[in-house]
Amino acid sequence: MSGASALASGGSALVSGGSVTGVAFAVAMGAGLAGAVAGTWLPRRVRPLGAGVGTAVSGAAGAVAGVAAVAGHPWSAWLPDVLPLAGARLTVDALGGLFIAVTGVVGVCAGVYGIAYCRPHRSHALDGRAVQAVTPLFLAAMLLVPAAASVSTFLLAWELMAVGSLVLVLAEHRHRASVREAGLWYAVMTQLGFVVLLGGLAGFAAAAHGESFARLREAGGALSPGVRAAVFAAVFAGCASKAGVVPLHVWLPRAHPEAPAHVSALMSAAMVNLGVYGIVRVGFDLLGGGPAWWWLMVLAAGAGSALYGILQATVATDLKRLLAYSTCENMGLVLIGVGAAGLLGHAGARTLAALAMTAALLHLVNHSAFKTVLFLAAGSVVRAAGTGDLDALGGLRSRMPVTTVLFGLGALGASALPLGNGFVSEWLLLQGLVKALGSGGTAVAVTMPVAVAVVALTAGLAVATFVKAFGVGFLARARSVKAERAEESPPAMLAGTALAAAACVVLALGPVAVLPGIAGAVRVMLPGPDAVTGPVTLRLHGVASTLSPLWIAVALVVVLAVLRMTVTRRARRRARLWDCGMGPLSPRMEYTATSFAEPLQRVFDNVLAPETDLRVTPLEESSYLVESVTYRARLGDRIEHRLYRPVIAAAGWFGDVARGLGNGSVHRYLGYGFCAFTGVLIVLAVTR
Amino acid sequence: MTPAGTVGAAAQVLLVGAGSPLLVGVMRQVRARMEGRAGAGVWQPWRDLRKLLRKEAIAPDGTGPLFRLAPLVLAGTALVVAAVVPIATTASPLDGSADLFAVTALLALGTVALALGGLDTATAFGGMGASREMVVLALVEPTILMSVFALSARVGSTDLGAIVTSTLHRPELVASPASLLAAVALAVVVIAETGRLPVDNPSTHLELTMIHEAMVLEYAGPDLALVEWASAMRLTVLLGLFANLFAPWGIAGASLVMLPVAVVVFTVKVALLGGALAAGEVFMAKLRMFRVPELLAGSFVLAVLAVAASFFLV
Repeated sequence: MSGASALASGGSALVSGGSVTGVAFAVAMGAGLAGAVAGTWLPRRVRPLGAGVGTAVSGAAGAVAGVAAVAGHPWSAWLPDVLPLAGARLTVDALGGLFIAVTGVVGVCAGVYGIAYCRPHRSHALDGRAVQAVTPLFLAAMLLVPAAASVSTFLLAWELMAVGSLVLVLAEHRHRASVREAGLWYAVMTQLGFVVLLGGLAGFAAAAHGESFARLREAGGALSPGVRAAVFAAVFAGCASKAGVVPLHVWLPRAHPEAPAHVSALMSAAMVNLGVYGIVRVGFDLLGGGPAWWWLMVLAAGAGSALYGILQATVATDLKRLLAYSTCENMGLVLIGVGAAGLLGHAGARTLAALAMTAALLHLVNHSAFKTVLFLAAGSVVRAAGTGDLDALGGLRSRMPVTTVLFGLGALGASALPLGNGFVSEWLLLQGLVKALGSGGTAVAVTMPVAVAVVALTAGLAVATFVKAFGVGFLARARSVKAERAEESPPAMLAGTALAAAACVVLALGPVAVLPGIAGAVRVMLPGPDAVTGPVTLRLHGVASTLSPLWIAVALVVVLAVLRMTVTRRARRRARLWDCGMGPLSPRMEYTATSFAEPLQRVFDNVLAPETDLRVTPLEESSYLVESVTYRARLGDRIEHRLYRPVIAAAGWFGDVARGLGNGSVHRYLGYGFCAFTGVLIVLAVTR
Repeated sequence: MTPAGTVGAAAQVLLVGAGSPLLVGVMRQVRARMEGRAGAGVWQPWRDLRKLLRKEAIAPDGTGPLFRLAPLVLAGTALVVAAVVPIATTASPLDGSADLFAVTALLALGTVALALGGLDTATAFGGMGASREMVVLALVEPTILMSVFALSARVGSTDLGAIVTSTLHRPELVASPASLLAAVALAVVVIAETGRLPVDNPSTHLELTMIHEAMVLEYAGPDLALVEWASAMRLTVLLGLFANLFAPWGIAGASLVMLPVAVVVFTVKVALLGGALAAGEVFMAKLRMFRVPELLAGSFVLAVLAVAASFFLV
């Protein structure tokens, strides 16, 4: 955002490339800043409007800049006065442009949605200065990350994004104690990720004797394998924590249920993408690819993330927690594609590598579209019903018809079924993996079937998950009084969600609209012919499989219309439901989200390890007669339990022990100082 | 888009649409005779459909638009799949629009619609059926895709027409280990997807053991007719697909003359497969719900072995 002011003031700035891109990007930064100012200074009543419009304009301008860059108008600028010592370097190329465009569109939806969502409603109000001012800034920082062209600019934007999102996650910390805990988890994970990323990129810059990406790109291929491996491992770890990849995902299912809905959408549909951006930018573009084990590592992390994420989502009962785990899953699928692309690129199968990468990036775009819809619609539900607990929802289709349809479109995309947008990208991913079998030696031959199996099981479980989310949450009868009284959201919220849903429909029926852009981004990393071509029917380069989502949709709609007009055209008579002759059914008898997922939970018992507790209290007179039965089931995150709890416990223990060092005695502190000083002197004397 | 292909696709839709209730009739008759009953005759499913279609349409209390849409989607996806897959011709104009992945996904779309319809009734049985159906669907998916993987590895394409044509040109491939393992895995998949014994019992009357029937408990009249018809079509299409993936002889390419022959051959193949399935069911009991995942895991292992064989043994 400081870039915009420097652009305006001119100075010794050096700007080159497409003017449309540059102007739009400057407008995006300026609108973000203006939105922040509006969020700070406007009176409370119109504050959400000002900040929301600022966010939306910033997002729209960002989308224009991104699309222009993807369409072949890259832009770069060097602004020496903006940052001390290094200056800011910005480059919007096709790869960065794709991420900027996606972030921008998500920003528009979230901005429009926020206008109505942040107004006071019942007990909840998000029109405070902090939230309103930081939302546009957060979006601007996210637009800045893919535009950064030097290590210092990149890290600065990355940290701005992290801090911005942290402030937004904490928005409602006064209302709920769980927000504070989620904020703490997020802060620790994101800052640890930043430290690792800082170490990796600083080491890279030191080894390459320069910190601009152009310099890194030149030197990246020539560095020693050890340095390259260390840089990639550090960048991968740092970015994976941002992308919510298992086992670094623990902040995601905590932060998303607590953050405001439009912030969740921004984080889950735009911010996590930038983790993937970091991995592909450094791994493919700057380091120029690497040995097979890098990509096997990426692929394994992706596969683990996809499976674990969707398993947790299958059994989750909180709507936003379910969506958060689904983000883990989808980022895992994207990383499977990225890993396969790296592996195939290493093996020399360029065309297939490009296909896998295209599939990964298309899935990323699709995920952003449907996850925006789902989080925004989930936010509407939580706002209207006062709870996101699926076990207490239901019957929303009659109370909130528009939100129900929009959520249904998003869920269709997320479950990777035909007519949904996720289907096309998963199809491409599977094609890439299937075809890769014979090209790349034993490592590929062993990996690809496993990857296909993981994608397949993930797809199956995703269907079950979203049938549960939609069927239990929106259909049937309300399971609580709150859900019974839910009311449809105001127009601005519906408009923001509908915009994202329209993007889903376009992506589902005409993926060809975005495929040239994705091909441009892929070419930055893997030069070669486009992997996917064709206006209606998708034809793959080097693979003889075709698919045309549009024709499938047309055929299905025609058949449905014919059947509707011939078979079920008669008027219907109302009738009682089958209640086994026991009298009217009550909502207590309905299947809930927990009961819906119970069979799957039982099948995957070993992985999920649910804690169940059954207590039977017998009557005093006889142990055979039961007075009461209590049953409690808890499904925690096992990785969090096994991996993080011991570390946290150890850190706590260390803190307790270290407390003994400082007992308040000044003499002891002076003694510490003396010992430390002497120690340093001795070390210096020995080493020099 | 050749005229022969278009005529062939239309013939396929007609054949599946009109013939599938007869297949169900044949299967019931085989079963009845083997159990020592007279049976109601092969035309009984058609008579049932006619009766249901003439009945009044019902809207159970508290159900919404999705409940009414679900039977349409179920039947619609089955009809589209019937037009796409190589049943009588490999030159269907829609063949390039959807490959084997897309066909399985389309069938899954129908299942999902019905599961949502079941949930929409807000009865315990509807939810129970939907939940169980989703478990089977989620666990069948890996086996399907792995079998597709094994079958497409030798062809280099997942297009159904391409797979079938390549088998026609090199019939010895059917006897390869990869193909045989994939055939066994897919057989289990077909049984699970169509809700036959031992995964589900299509003729059960006890709600607690139902999977598919529990979901459709609230449907009546024309809606139920659609559901029954669609189930029969899915059975026909899956059996036909299975037959033509592993024994495609007799299928018409792009020639009109061969088409009637292909239709007859297909009818014979599916009737034989259906008869065998019904005969097998006589000797089998339904598995417990929580033993079904073991069966599906077994078929998954076979599919994985098929993929391994397709890579290492060719």
